[in-house]
Amino acid sequence: MQLTAATAARPAGRRVRLSRAGRYRLLYAALAAPGVLLLAVVFVYPLLDLMRLSFENGSLAHYEEVVSGGLFGTVFWNTVRIALIVTIACAVLGYPVAHFLATASRGWALFGLLCVVLPFWTSLLVRTYAWMILLGNNGIINKLLVGAGLVERPLPLLHNEFGVLVGMVHVLLPYFVFPVYAVMLRVDRTLMAAAEGLGAPLWQVLRRIYLPLTLPGIAAGGTLVFILSLGFFITPALLGGGKVMMIALLIEQQVGQMLNWGMAAAMCMTLVAAILLAYAAFKRLGRRNAP
Amino acid sequence: MSAATIRRRGSMGRGRRAARIALHAWCGLVFFFLVLPLVVVFPISFSSSAYLQFPPPGYSLRWYREFLADPNWVDAAWRSVLIGSVTAVAATILGTLLAISLVRGTYPGKGAVEQLVMAPIALPSIVYSVAAYQLFSTLHLVGSWQGVAVAHTVHALPLVVVVVGASLRTIDVSTEMAAQGLGASWFTAVRRITLPQIRPALVSAAFIAFISSFDELVIAMFLGGINLTLPKKMFDSILYEIDPTIAAVSVLQIALVVLVLVVIGRFGSGVRPTS
Repeated sequence: MQLTAATAARPAGRRVRLSRAGRYRLLYAALAAPGVLLLAVVFVYPLLDLMRLSFENGSLAHYEEVVSGGLFGTVFWNTVRIALIVTIACAVLGYPVAHFLATASRGWALFGLLCVVLPFWTSLLVRTYAWMILLGNNGIINKLLVGAGLVERPLPLLHNEFGVLVGMVHVLLPYFVFPVYAVMLRVDRTLMAAAEGLGAPLWQVLRRIYLPLTLPGIAAGGTLVFILSLGFFITPALLGGGKVMMIALLIEQQVGQMLNWGMAAAMCMTLVAAILLAYAAFKRLGRRNAP
Repeated sequence: MSAATIRRRGSMGRGRRAARIALHAWCGLVFFFLVLPLVVVFPISFSSSAYLQFPPPGYSLRWYREFLADPNWVDAAWRSVLIGSVTAVAATILGTLLAISLVRGTYPGKGAVEQLVMAPIALPSIVYSVAAYQLFSTLHLVGSWQGVAVAHTVHALPLVVVVVGASLRTIDVSTEMAAQGLGASWFTAVRRITLPQIRPALVSAAFIAFISSFDELVIAMFLGGINLTLPKKMFDSILYEIDPTIAAVSVLQIALVVLVLVVIGRFGSGVRPTS
């Protein structure tokens, strides 16, 4: 391990004086070794190998193929667009919920938390399946709507982008709620009371005090939801019915049907680059707007 | 107090009350949206019909019997339990060591180790699956449950480090130092003083690691080959043969999760509203 080697190579003079502290440094660094070793072998190495594969023969041929085909570009921007919609939807739905969880009485907060945690821990496939039962042409929602005479024929809710969006928001909403909730718990409530006491209307208190104070949570939750959205596979595969293409599906197609590993590798690298870019952008945004 | 202030207070109170009602209505709708899919699978799993009918024409346990009688389903379920258990044990041990190292240690490169450990969270499993396939086929791990367990351990590791690390930060390091001052070795101090204090977090972390593996599809699909895990079997079943068996499986899974949450709530940390 480089780390342990670096720690061990302290100047001899200081080593005698700091021997106890130095020993602990070595010990704590050594504790990380098994995990780091595992990650180095089965995580870092495969990714480097994938990168090498994407630049096969030291050329950009696979990337040119990816860009020139046109299909990837369309799917890529479609994925980014869907991820953005999902992130905004999660923020709109989740922010009030996080506030409710942070301020409600103990019993209600527990109830609300259960409503968020239970789906969060339920199998993705179970939830996707349930949405198929709910949203299908003969699904529960359409039956109710037609039965009530609100619509004449079933609404197209499944096997299109709407179905995918519903499924993704359902999966990702807890990822937005938890960070915002954690930040809201620590917000000093007397600040809002003071502003209100000084005559500020409610929306001003929200805009000028509560939102800026909870922005770190919104940034963290939003980043998480956006980044996770970019790589979604199961939900678009099942609820999109083959009509909604996202990057992960395209990659699976390249590998599963075309056996084109080089191109799949190039697509993977592009997806990773997009995720790193999004992460950096959100981080900057969060820092600039931080109070 | 003048009449004007009283009037303003009154209108402010009304505004607040309206905002409160709106907030509660909104949250009610969102909670309904979140819970609805879980509620829907229950009646369908007890349906007596061979098709997805809602409401079901009659009730029976036939889809539960169907699940238990089909070796494909049962094998897949056991395989997932096995992979999940191995993942839980491996990730909890390695993750706890990492968490202790990252929270207590000060050594050069610690920041890099922390970022490395957290990286699997942000990496889409499709990318990881494509990447790992080459290495795993060289090692003859593709198509074996062990390979899936290794990959799942990588994915569960950051979750364990987050949960255990958070718990480690809340406990007082001085008790551990006191034990060592009284002559205990570092190992004894950690084993007898530190680990008992973070035991709830260890329980939570192990369950979280288990569930994360138990529910994982994409990696298992790529690396599992013909050895179907439960999620893969469910995926195929949803794609090709929608019948209420999958609803019965779903109900059993929800029951398992509720059981796990109860156990975590009883012995673990992380699901309570107060922090």
